[in-house]
Amino acid sequence: MVSTEFIRQLPSTGAIHRTIWQKLHVDPILLLLLLVISGYGLFVLYSAADDHLIAMEKQGGFFVLGFAVMFTVAQISQSNWRLIAPVLYILGLILIVAVALFGEISMGAQRWLSIPGLPRFQPSEMLKIGLPLMLATYFHNRSVPPRFKHVFCSLAMIVLPVALIIEQPDLGTGMLVLVSGVIVLFMAGLGWGYIATAGAIAAALGPVMWLFVMHDYQRQRVLMLFDPESDKLGAGWNIIQSQTAIGSGGWLGKGWQHGTQSQLDFLPESHTDFIIAVLSEELGYRGVLVLLGIYLLIVARGLWISWHAQETFGRLLGSAISITFFLYVFVNMGMVAGLLPVVGVPLPLVSQGGTAVIILMIGFGMLMAISTEKKRPTY
Amino acid sequence: MAIEQSHYSKNIVFKDTDSERKLFSGRLLFSAILVLILSLILLSRYYILQILQHDHFTTQSDANRIHAMAIPPARGVIQDLKGVILAQSKPSFTLEVIKERVQDMDYTLRELQQLLQLDSNEVDRFRERLKRKQRPYEGVLLRGNLDDEQIARIAVNRYRLPGVEVTAELVRDYPFHELFGHSIGYVGRISEKELKKIEADGDTDDYYGVFSIGKVGIEKYYEKDLLGIPGAQNVETDVRGRILRTLDRKDPTRGKTLTLYLDVQMQQAAVAALAGRRGAVVAIELETGGVVTAVSNPSFDPNLFVAGISSKDYGALRDSLDLPLLNRMIAGEYPPGSTIKPLLALAGLENGVITPDYQIYDPGFFQLPGQTHQFRDWKKGGHGGGINVHLAIAQSCDIFFYQLANRMGIDRMHDFMQPFGFGEPTGVDLSGERKGVLPSREWKRTRFKQPWYPGDTINAGIGQGYHLVTPMQLALATATLAKRGIRIRPHLVKAIDGVDVPPLFAPPILLRDPKNWDVVIEGMHEVAQGERGTARKVFHDAPYTVAGKTGTAQIVGIAQNEKYDLGKLAERQRDHGLFVAFAPVENPKIAIAVIIENGNSGSGAAAPVARKVLDAWLLGQNAAAAEAAAPAIDPAESGAGE
Repeated sequence: MVSTEFIRQLPSTGAIHRTIWQKLHVDPILLLLLLVISGYGLFVLYSAADDHLIAMEKQGGFFVLGFAVMFTVAQISQSNWRLIAPVLYILGLILIVAVALFGEISMGAQRWLSIPGLPRFQPSEMLKIGLPLMLATYFHNRSVPPRFKHVFCSLAMIVLPVALIIEQPDLGTGMLVLVSGVIVLFMAGLGWGYIATAGAIAAALGPVMWLFVMHDYQRQRVLMLFDPESDKLGAGWNIIQSQTAIGSGGWLGKGWQHGTQSQLDFLPESHTDFIIAVLSEELGYRGVLVLLGIYLLIVARGLWISWHAQETFGRLLGSAISITFFLYVFVNMGMVAGLLPVVGVPLPLVSQGGTAVIILMIGFGMLMAISTEKKRPTY
Repeated sequence: MAIEQSHYSKNIVFKDTDSERKLFSGRLLFSAILVLILSLILLSRYYILQILQHDHFTTQSDANRIHAMAIPPARGVIQDLKGVILAQSKPSFTLEVIKERVQDMDYTLRELQQLLQLDSNEVDRFRERLKRKQRPYEGVLLRGNLDDEQIARIAVNRYRLPGVEVTAELVRDYPFHELFGHSIGYVGRISEKELKKIEADGDTDDYYGVFSIGKVGIEKYYEKDLLGIPGAQNVETDVRGRILRTLDRKDPTRGKTLTLYLDVQMQQAAVAALAGRRGAVVAIELETGGVVTAVSNPSFDPNLFVAGISSKDYGALRDSLDLPLLNRMIAGEYPPGSTIKPLLALAGLENGVITPDYQIYDPGFFQLPGQTHQFRDWKKGGHGGGINVHLAIAQSCDIFFYQLANRMGIDRMHDFMQPFGFGEPTGVDLSGERKGVLPSREWKRTRFKQPWYPGDTINAGIGQGYHLVTPMQLALATATLAKRGIRIRPHLVKAIDGVDVPPLFAPPILLRDPKNWDVVIEGMHEVAQGERGTARKVFHDAPYTVAGKTGTAQIVGIAQNEKYDLGKLAERQRDHGLFVAFAPVENPKIAIAVIIENGNSGSGAAAPVARKVLDAWLLGQNAAAAEAAAPAIDPAESGAGE
């Protein structure tokens, strides 16, 4: 670490030319893509929300805040992030415990925490970034592929928050946090033997989860996936209406602000988790292709940055952030289209909501930090 | 090769960056491929939904937002002769609750309970309906039939009762309540059985959005005319069912307006004349066959049935000793008693059994040859000698008619009476008509598996025994007599949408000797206005000429009254009082039949009622109209001339 710091402080020597972007710790391509997706998101949200302009302004505010957070995060060097990592991780754990203890008292919502003077937020969101950060830090100085005891320790670091989140109960977020941690392990070169074993255990645990861990409403959501018509007006309503919205959009879509499913309120949660249905209905398959295209470019850029990272930490964290980002997209688009059970996952940077934007932007800020880390001179 | 040392870990880790990079690159490649595969899955899924199943989902999406809504037609108005509305469709206001928009159901119900004075029963039933599964944002009925004050109360408090809505629908209204209960009848909710019939008849489209149907009376008989043609519209609605715009619309056609021969004043006069006694009054305008008075007393309020009668109200009507649900005009079957004597006399004259000059001596009783049983005259000691057909009718001499019947025999009696409409429905435009009984050998064999006895014929000679008639039949027979054999079907509806319903005639009754009509009619004139007539007291001062016949029917009870309370048996075993008449004699315009159940006598109970109705029609406001329609003798003048 000292050596790195030392190198950083050296006047730029050798062949490495630092551009203005690098000085600002901004990856211009990623920034451009993020601006495009944010704009696209606001465009769709304007149509999807009931109070068009107000919702858009509010979300725009979140974006401004998010980009500011991103720039700030990008200024923090990776070595400093490794110092922050345990703090964030432990703070996240404490807050989740706090939710379990006090969350219920406030507003009857179990996942939310209200701290006076701060906006309401879900601490579990923090761990979506906190856990990969912690694990990347953990593996940074350890040999890869990880040895058994490191695997064991990292699994412990994963299971602890995930169990707490699932207990809230928030199976969806729990799974996403779990996956974000597992990705780090995977990228760190977790042996295929471990992966096979984990797969087998997961398969065996499936029925147990179904019978003893999952709540009724969660089971119902899974069942609805297979037969939404069985409860047309109840649990199946959302999925039927969202598929109807998507399907009726066709190739061209019904036109911006002309989606009957969304504008006539047949589509629930049209401006939050189900906003992709609005996009599909109004902008058609074309719009979906464009959206997914931008998402894939962002993911590709993220993976590119990770691949070029100099250090283990950067690689693991960068790739975990990129892949998790894609998984959000996949899970959200998949659940709205009836591929996956309905879990509370917003469409990244498009669904209305501030917390998700901030968390995502922290991740992209880290990516930018990794991207613009001064290349170590070879010697 | 660069080797990095970590100064902060306890064990110095030598990292092989090259192999690490290689490992990472592999994993990265793997992830990238995974991302691509998952993306392709997503794209395929959206392709399936948006491109392959696009048509299906377009249909489904349209089905969501576009609703074909029936526009039920306004049911036709029923009005009296002068255009007074007797039945109409009025908007009624219903309170509905949209549960999705109610924030606090208990609070809302408490408030509504207080505002509208709902009883807890209503609230319980509402809560049951609330549990049923339904489309989101569909209203749940809380209370129908709101009055103006209740609507106002809700309107004022609406701001604090989200989800509470008042909707309007057309509901049948009978402004005269009991007065026309049995003639107009009522509509009610379409029953399961009726729905099946509608479907079987292929009339489903005619009832699109229509929830009620004529159940009895004119409402049932003229159902097809009154119904109208439903319209439809396609509307775009949001998920709450709120209509945002109409896409296309086909207007409904309102039901036809029925104009009746009945009129409020005549009806009121008849009901007033009955003064609460059980009975029926039927009067027929002779020129048209129009039924100008149709009363069955007691009656019921048809409004009770419109929205579905409560079991309490229905029980009260059903179990009432007075049988208010029985339409006595067409379904009350009574022995005609002496009221058919003129027709029997006519039968005797036509068959050559008697002549106008034929006389008998009346000792007060009649015996069949070889039998000891005495058939008695209503008058103790009899009417004495010199009783011809004229006097026999005028004084209602039973002995004359016993002999007549005995000599004529039941077969000839039956055959002559049948064309006058006995033993079969008159075909009046009301539902639920009964056909009565015109006894014959064959009828008795089928009905009782017994032969016809000579004594049966004797009883038939004075309208007793098996003979049963409805007041409608009696009025029709009297009308046929008045018109000297011209048979016309009685009907209540004068015009449909302003177009007159043409009178319907049956082949006339042709007599061997048409003078026989006069013999009988003169006898009937004597009844009402002669020196010795049984109804002289009632009609001697009438300013028009009247031909009538009194009747007193001995009964144990009418066909439907088996459940009569024993305690009241005595009162209810009194004779029925009957009276038939037409007027004026020279140029008959109206025929009437009156029956007062347990009225004791025809002259005392029924004839005064007939007088009041005839007065109302011939002398009241109708007189002018009747004059205009058929300028003839001034009834007042002709009466004075008698």
